[in-house]
Amino acid sequence: METSKVKVRPYGDTMDDGAVQLSFTLPLELDELSFEAARTLGEQMGLTDVGVAYSRNMGQGFSFFVVYGKYTGSVDISKITVTKVECKKMKKEEVDQFISEEFARKLTFLGACIESDAHTVGIDAIMNMKGYNGHKGLESYHEINAYNLGAQVSSEELVAKAIELKADALLVSQIVTQKNVHLANLTRLVDILEAEGLREKIILVMGGPRITHELAKELGYDAGFGPNTYAEDVASFIVQEMKRREMK
Amino acid sequence: MAHLNIDKKLVEVARESARIIARQVKQEVSGFTTTTVERATLRLFGIDGVNAEGIPLANIIVEHLAERGILGKGVTYPLLHAMDQYKMTAQQVAESVSQGLLDISATTGGDKTRLKELAMLLGGEACQKIRAKREERESMISRLGRGQAPYLYLIVATGNIYEDIEQAIVAARQGADIIAVIRTTGQSLLDYVPYGATTVGFGGTYATQENFRLMRQALDQVGEEVGKYIHLTNYCSGLCMPEIAVMGAMERLDMMLNDSMYGIIFRDINMGRTFIDQFFSRMVNAYAGIIINTGEDNYLTTADAYDKAYTVLASQFINEQFALLSGLKEEQIGLGHAFEINPDMEDGFLWELTHAQLVRQVFPNSPIKYMPPTKYMTGNIFKGQTQNALFNVASVLTGQTIHLLGMLTEAIHTPFLQDRFLSVENAQYVFNTMKHLGEEIEFKANGRIHSRANQVLIEAAEMLKEIEAMGLMGAIKQGMFADISRKPEGGKGFAEVIAKDEDYFNPFIGLMLGGTGNGNK
Repeated sequence: METSKVKVRPYGDTMDDGAVQLSFTLPLELDELSFEAARTLGEQMGLTDVGVAYSRNMGQGFSFFVVYGKYTGSVDISKITVTKVECKKMKKEEVDQFISEEFARKLTFLGACIESDAHTVGIDAIMNMKGYNGHKGLESYHEINAYNLGAQVSSEELVAKAIELKADALLVSQIVTQKNVHLANLTRLVDILEAEGLREKIILVMGGPRITHELAKELGYDAGFGPNTYAEDVASFIVQEMKRREMK
Repeated sequence: MAHLNIDKKLVEVARESARIIARQVKQEVSGFTTTTVERATLRLFGIDGVNAEGIPLANIIVEHLAERGILGKGVTYPLLHAMDQYKMTAQQVAESVSQGLLDISATTGGDKTRLKELAMLLGGEACQKIRAKREERESMISRLGRGQAPYLYLIVATGNIYEDIEQAIVAARQGADIIAVIRTTGQSLLDYVPYGATTVGFGGTYATQENFRLMRQALDQVGEEVGKYIHLTNYCSGLCMPEIAVMGAMERLDMMLNDSMYGIIFRDINMGRTFIDQFFSRMVNAYAGIIINTGEDNYLTTADAYDKAYTVLASQFINEQFALLSGLKEEQIGLGHAFEINPDMEDGFLWELTHAQLVRQVFPNSPIKYMPPTKYMTGNIFKGQTQNALFNVASVLTGQTIHLLGMLTEAIHTPFLQDRFLSVENAQYVFNTMKHLGEEIEFKANGRIHSRANQVLIEAAEMLKEIEAMGLMGAIKQGMFADISRKPEGGKGFAEVIAKDEDYFNPFIGLMLGGTGNGNK
């Protein structure tokens, strides 16, 4: 396979065939007309050779379609820039060692699911002793005092706790992104930290299944972590960022 | 059905420990009431609605009495004395207090015997209304019938009750037996129940009495159309458990999420508050013929599903005993558990089968609520569909009762219409093609499944013994459930736990516990 390829399109079973699969619901009863509407929709999305592989009436005036087609355009990957967390990935032991060499004390990290969000699965995976998928959580790090404050922690509460415990880093989780509720929650926390004059003294990161580093930077956070992130990824970033910012 | 040889004596030992644990707690909290128990009592007496600022009248009355330091007597005497003296309905009293026209705290000196009789009379009428709702359900089920277990349980969560109704109707037509309306995120920590029909929520819809009524009406209609009774579920949890129980009883909900410890562990609600509220709310659920769903599945999304399987069993024993104390019958105790073992674990499916079968056998008369995989759902919708198929197999093979359908798009977004359709199709396919497989299977004597089942049972019994020795509140403090620790004097809602005065009186405890056939033990 060509590795220097810059213009790419989806791959089905032959290079450059552009094959894609879609599934969607139309608010129409299933009949000849809605079937054709589904196919036409595929064409309007820029696909050719559009075929409806499966269709099914779901009742109440809705029907379900599985559609295949070919995309003839391509994406030029030489023109794409990606915002990603820039740091060296370390293992748990390396993070502990880094802290003991660079800082003359244990570091304090606070984790919380803030405001309306009640889903702790993400913050638990990063903070709790057990961690996730064989990757130990921050509570198990010798050089880190990790506090998981749990769900529905108000921004005020989190900031008060950060002051009380002299936190070095805040890890904020947002799982529910329906109607962009997470944006309001995340912005609120930054505003409060800034009002308290704490923003520069603390490393602030966010995580969640729909969170990207780009979004994090936009909202004034230091980093954002999406799916497939483990405790050591977050810790690696925080300790290196602390060193870079000459935090003691 | 497939059967495990488990140590029956040990099951009884564990159950006895749980009985002692539940009674200890009940004893500890018996001298207290809470603001929401009192508000629920006001609602039972017929008080509803909000003031101009949207504050529920039930909250206003309770605040009114709390400010004057007499809430420890309960709301019953002051309310009934005012009704008796001014010849007003409960609602008229509430409105007058709300408008600042009436102070009912000064009216506590009435004739107690006469007020008690009046309370029993009016309370009896309120109970009669709830009984009528219960009979209405029973007659609809006997006329229309219901689906076949495992009952398909589907969730709607748009935030808008009218949109929820649209989706619920489609779900019922697709084969759902039970519709659950998920609550908006954050409602569990509101110390009041919002009012009226609502259209804005996040990740779910506000639980309000009007929303209950609207959804009930829609499900009754679609039930007629599809020829089976469609059950409605909501959340009797958080800071307003007892009030939501009352609203659900009045609007003929059929199931309520209601756990004895969930609020403490996962929402950091005060322990005493939770135990008092869950006792009252379960009593109302029991009287209304509502099936509760307990929340043990949540332990497994936090702690490890294999290592901590015994904590689920131990919690189920405890939930069962609390439920019995509140007058619920075994048939109303929908104990929860989940299919949450890491899919990468070798033989993980064997252990899922073991756990599911064990729960089924230890609580033979209870409708078991089985929750689908969520923790290890990744966004790979294709693998997700396979995980859900395996969950469906475990459910039908072991005869689970309430089957919450897994969504292939779990971990991505709230379900699309098509996700539900694909999920129902998946379950119906598996349930049909394996319908009698469970009857044809025997687990190998002394095999892996038997030894795992007995191991979990032994660990659960040991845990219960330990809790029995230190008390449940001590056990929660030590983080014995879901690896989360809570303090008895910590958590939300602690300030609203009120010591009862010697002359505290609430007619509904006698009326309702006496009326469920299970007695006030």
